Amino acid sequence: MEKFQTLTSTYIPLPIENVDTDQIIPARFLKATTREGFGDYLFSDWRYDKSGNPNPDFVLNNSTYTGQILVAGKNFGSGSSREHAAWALAGYGFRVIVSSFFADIFKNNALNNGILPVVVSEEFLNDLFECVNKNPKATITVNLEKQTITNNENGKTETFEINAYKKECLLKGLDDIDFLLSNKDKIEAYEKNRVFQY
Amino acid sequence: MKTLFDKIWDAHIVTEVKDGPTQLYIDRHYCHEVTSPQAFAGLRARGLKVFRPEQTILTADHNIPTMDQDKPIRDEVSRFQVDTLANNAREFGLTYYGLGHPKNGIVHVIGPENGYTLPGMTIVCGDSHTSTHGAFGAIAFGIGTSEVEMVLASQCILQTRPKTMRITFQGKLNEGVTAKDMALYMISQLTTGGATGYFVEYAGEAVENLSMEGRMTLCNLSIEMGARGGMVAPDETTFTYLKGREFAPKGKKWNEAVAYWKTLKTDEDAVFDKEVVFDASQIKPMITYGTNPGMAIPIDEKIPALQHSDTASRISFEKALAYMGFKPGEKLEGKPVDYVFLGSCTNGRIEDFRMFANYVKGKKKADNITAWLVPGSWQVRKQIEAEGLDKILEEAGFELRQPGCSACLAMNDDKIPAGKYAVSTSNRNFEGRQGPGARTILAGPLVTAAAAVTGKITDPTK
Repeated sequence: MEKFQTLTSTYIPLPIENVDTDQIIPARFLKATTREGFGDYLFSDWRYDKSGNPNPDFVLNNSTYTGQILVAGKNFGSGSSREHAAWALAGYGFRVIVSSFFADIFKNNALNNGILPVVVSEEFLNDLFECVNKNPKATITVNLEKQTITNNENGKTETFEINAYKKECLLKGLDDIDFLLSNKDKIEAYEKNRVFQY
Repeated sequence: MKTLFDKIWDAHIVTEVKDGPTQLYIDRHYCHEVTSPQAFAGLRARGLKVFRPEQTILTADHNIPTMDQDKPIRDEVSRFQVDTLANNAREFGLTYYGLGHPKNGIVHVIGPENGYTLPGMTIVCGDSHTSTHGAFGAIAFGIGTSEVEMVLASQCILQTRPKTMRITFQGKLNEGVTAKDMALYMISQLTTGGATGYFVEYAGEAVENLSMEGRMTLCNLSIEMGARGGMVAPDETTFTYLKGREFAPKGKKWNEAVAYWKTLKTDEDAVFDKEVVFDASQIKPMITYGTNPGMAIPIDEKIPALQHSDTASRISFEKALAYMGFKPGEKLEGKPVDYVFLGSCTNGRIEDFRMFANYVKGKKKADNITAWLVPGSWQVRKQIEAEGLDKILEEAGFELRQPGCSACLAMNDDKIPAGKYAVSTSNRNFEGRQGPGARTILAGPLVTAAAAVTGKITDPTK
């Protein structure tokens, strides 16, 4: 997994609520057996029309907005558990998703793929939408070590939550499997001593 | 004093990570073809075996056709994905129920019906509707593919302990109101993110009175309000359902199991992080009007008027109605529709087919309706035939298809065409879920049956 420490970037606004994983990556693109290539299908049904031409109204097709940070309305990533949603966002080049609320499974999937989900207040989120509206070159700085996010247009900073273990994994680029396997003796001990043997 | 959730969670802690998640032991792991190939590839790349192969069960369901399953899958990419699952099963020594196998079907249908899903278990699958299995008094939840790899490698997963919520349905449901209506009502009240961060226990008279099929429908939809999962305490209904199922405990082991399972209920003075109470008698048949399951109304009511003040909410509401071709304040009862879909892990079980068949008995399918009736498994289909429901359906002009996830997520050929309206018993009305441009109206099996014979949105209780 790729490390994440700090990032300053312009950002892409998606002021829509309840963006579900079917929108992030529609089911018909889930037939691949590898993790690569999903970025091409990110938000496919919003990004392209029926004939496959870019839809000019969709923000990813608007060259005014660029960056490695996506800023979205509340309850981002609801619905299906498909990790393909995280692969598509990572494949497109996003390293941070900012919203006022994330669905649980998506949040785990993002963290397991080196994408940092940052929860901010509604007010901070609305400021971000307004700032980028006025200045598409507005930037955000995310510092994982300090757990801060700064709107560089107005200088406002918020701190965000992340559990210490996941923070360490992201900072160092480690994944969970090595950790789990290092506890093999504990797993076997659990199996012998459990309350009920299935 | 513990909740049901606490009892099962605590019984599965292998170790706690300092300032971090719990390492939780997983009793049962289900896999399907869509969310597992990258996990098996990961094991291969690390040179790992499956740690406890007897605890993982594989089935093909998302991608498979619902006609001509005896022939090779025509879509090459789908075929390759299903073949990959079969090859992974062979290579890693796992039980696999492939296309046409008598135990094949939707993963959340075959687990319970074969007795693989049991009370007190922890159960995961790379599929958000894994919450279904909570109906048996299990902690069951959906996971991503990286987590599938973790479970294959270690039979464990790292999880942050969720908060607990109890949703109590007091009183009795009215005639013609189903578990699906309870769920849609609940999600419409709590919203699509209203239970995010929580694990829900369903309780109360109306829940106790549900069959196992009904409880599975209710728990299945927990994820649609963001909950990590939903569960119902095991009781005589649970034990009666499980007794004699192929992989359920037998003989002395069965008695030991039941004795243990009877301890799995929330202590009287246990405290939940949140309590919600609904009056079951107030619930009517429900339908959705928008593009998430929280956008649901009683079938005889109007779509809400536009009243969202903040911009993102208003944009989202307008976008949803524009996609559906509906207007704020509009009434949907009587509106013509084009398709009906009976099936999915939400409503593809025998009881759903009984309800649908009883309603259409002696009536005829409306001419403007294309109907897709897809049993959740081969065992469900066999039961439909054993009960003679197939004859009733046939006489009313309906045809049964072969099992699979089908039009719920339209990964196979069962796609609702763009712009068409489908009344569906499935779980998601997201944009494009049933095919690009498809317009989904979620409902229970009775509302779906009523639409199938009248050709329009119809209250089955009238």
